[in-house]
Amino acid sequence: MRTLPPGVGAGDFDAAVGSFETAVGKEWVFSSEEDLTPYRDSFSTVWGTPDERLAAAAVAPVTVEQVQAVVRIANRYRIPLFPISTGKNFGYGGPSPNLTGSVVVDLKRMNRVLEVDEERNFALVEAGVSYFDLYRHIQERGLKVWVDCPDPGWGSPVGNSLERGIGYTLPFYRDHFGASCGMEVVLASGELMRTGMGALPNARTWQDYRYGFGPDPAGLFAQGNFGIVTKMGFRLMPRPEHYRTGMITVPKRRDFIPLVKTVNYLSDSFLIGEAVYGSPLSVLMSDVSFRETVTRPGGPADAEMDRIAADNNLHSWQVELQFYGPEKTCVANWEYAKERLTAEIPGARAYDGESLAVPLTPRQLQNVDSPYPTHIRRHGAHGVPSLGIWKIVSANGHAGFFPVIPRTGEAVFEAQRVLGDALREFDLRPFFTAITTPLHWHTFAFQMVFAPPISREDSAHNAMVHRAMHRIVEVAAEHGWGDYRAATVYQDAVANTYAYNDHALRRFHETLKDAADPNGILAPGRGGIWPRRFRSAQ
Amino acid sequence: MKRLALVLAGLTALGGLAAVASADDGDPATVARGKSVFQHTCAPCHAAGPGIDGSPMLPGTAALAAKYQGKVPPVLEERGGLTVELLRYFVRHGSGAMPMFRKTEISDAEIAAVAAYLTAASRAKPKPASR
Repeated sequence: MRTLPPGVGAGDFDAAVGSFETAVGKEWVFSSEEDLTPYRDSFSTVWGTPDERLAAAAVAPVTVEQVQAVVRIANRYRIPLFPISTGKNFGYGGPSPNLTGSVVVDLKRMNRVLEVDEERNFALVEAGVSYFDLYRHIQERGLKVWVDCPDPGWGSPVGNSLERGIGYTLPFYRDHFGASCGMEVVLASGELMRTGMGALPNARTWQDYRYGFGPDPAGLFAQGNFGIVTKMGFRLMPRPEHYRTGMITVPKRRDFIPLVKTVNYLSDSFLIGEAVYGSPLSVLMSDVSFRETVTRPGGPADAEMDRIAADNNLHSWQVELQFYGPEKTCVANWEYAKERLTAEIPGARAYDGESLAVPLTPRQLQNVDSPYPTHIRRHGAHGVPSLGIWKIVSANGHAGFFPVIPRTGEAVFEAQRVLGDALREFDLRPFFTAITTPLHWHTFAFQMVFAPPISREDSAHNAMVHRAMHRIVEVAAEHGWGDYRAATVYQDAVANTYAYNDHALRRFHETLKDAADPNGILAPGRGGIWPRRFRSAQ
Repeated sequence: MKRLALVLAGLTALGGLAAVASADDGDPATVARGKSVFQHTCAPCHAAGPGIDGSPMLPGTAALAAKYQGKVPPVLEERGGLTVELLRYFVRHGSGAMPMFRKTEISDAEIAAVAAYLTAASRAKPKPASR
């Protein structure tokens, strides 16, 4: 059956599609089932169910003027639009819209790298530029700058940063929205706006100073629905001269607390890149008795875990540290880190890793010569996009819940116990055990990971995963942990947990939405923000 | 639906792959275009090189190795027998962990060029007995 935008008749929709074809060319408007299949979310937990969010059509402009024309047509016919950049936001909805019947505005054809400056270290790109595209542009010109990449390189700097995606190099650059600087936006009226210094017509600092003067609305366009971002600037990391690694292990369970505290100091002092935590005890997970211990309701006692570690001649925790910069400072910073941590934590051990000139050789980039087993994602740590991470994608993909938790050992212990207990009723492998470690991807916060696999052939399994997702959102919120990013089908649930003072934040967003987008055409529901015309139905 | 059934028949009947008409060799320009598209769009998952961080294969190559267990070369450039229609089906519908690709990412003409390149490449490269 044909999918139409809610409240829009077939005649008006056909007229709108005809206008889109006039604006962008007939070959760049898609409305057949065959053409719209790739606009479904291949990671959907509600695949093939009435809850799946389906597009009514897709339109692919190639210029800013065409984007403006599409928006004006949508206003005329009250067609909900859903912009995507490269459409590879898997785990968070892919190219599918929040609202069934939306027309996807596919910006993939807007793929020009407009500028890369290796003296002032920035890039300006269009929305459809992928990390692969930008990396190739930089490499082909021999420019000495890095772009911090998320795991899969087919995503776009614009789309990923607007999702507040993260990467693997130095703290500032890992926060992809935080490292953005200046954007160009088509507003709901079809008018074009530039933020920051871009609003000053003669400014040459659009990508150097993000704020300009007065309120900076750039944040509204991240996980929001106030405009279609067509260009965006990014701060780039100067290519370092040297890279070195080292690992610290600590013997006892409670040693994790001072370990995190000092690593936070190193990170917040900009001495290290991503700190990669782990537990040497993970080698015991194939042992049924150990597995039962670390997944026990309420969690095991510290003394029991310490006894297991000692009996197996293993340490309880490890952290891999990464240093960037001139060789001398890399060496000095590692020496400082290991001296401090081994002095502070009795029994701590330090292991020298690799010390490498940058850029790495292909073999060094493959990360196969570490003197100890390493969990560092070497490509990501060196700003090299790849699809290698897809090796972890099982079945047809996965859902994703990534709660933001405080950067303390105590918070990690609590999250292990609470989230592990909350998921016990679901037939899934344990995602949270007494040895689960946090990810230090965000600059100043930890996140944990719940990413259960989904299967397009097993709707019962997907339904169970769907229930588990809703359950963990609720339980995490009860403990003050909120998701940083959510798939379209979970954005309402997650947004509802950010409920301080009777949902003051959501009500503020709704006020802005109704003023800036009175016809409610831009990505209705994105970020949990629904325009007035659709609000009562939610 | 009939077309889909035909494509899937070609997909599942491994022994019959050779009987499925291969893509035309194409003119050199088409093959060159297909190679460029393959390297840009397909190779990050489906090339012969090693994966990241110690993985022996890239994810797409590893998935095909696991699926076919040596009956078909997992490296697409060595495989042969990939018709335009079969390739288009996988690209537009995905398979396993591979998502679907839109026409804005790779056009039907580019898929045909890739098929021509893969046919030419598979004929040029020796096929390992198993991998």
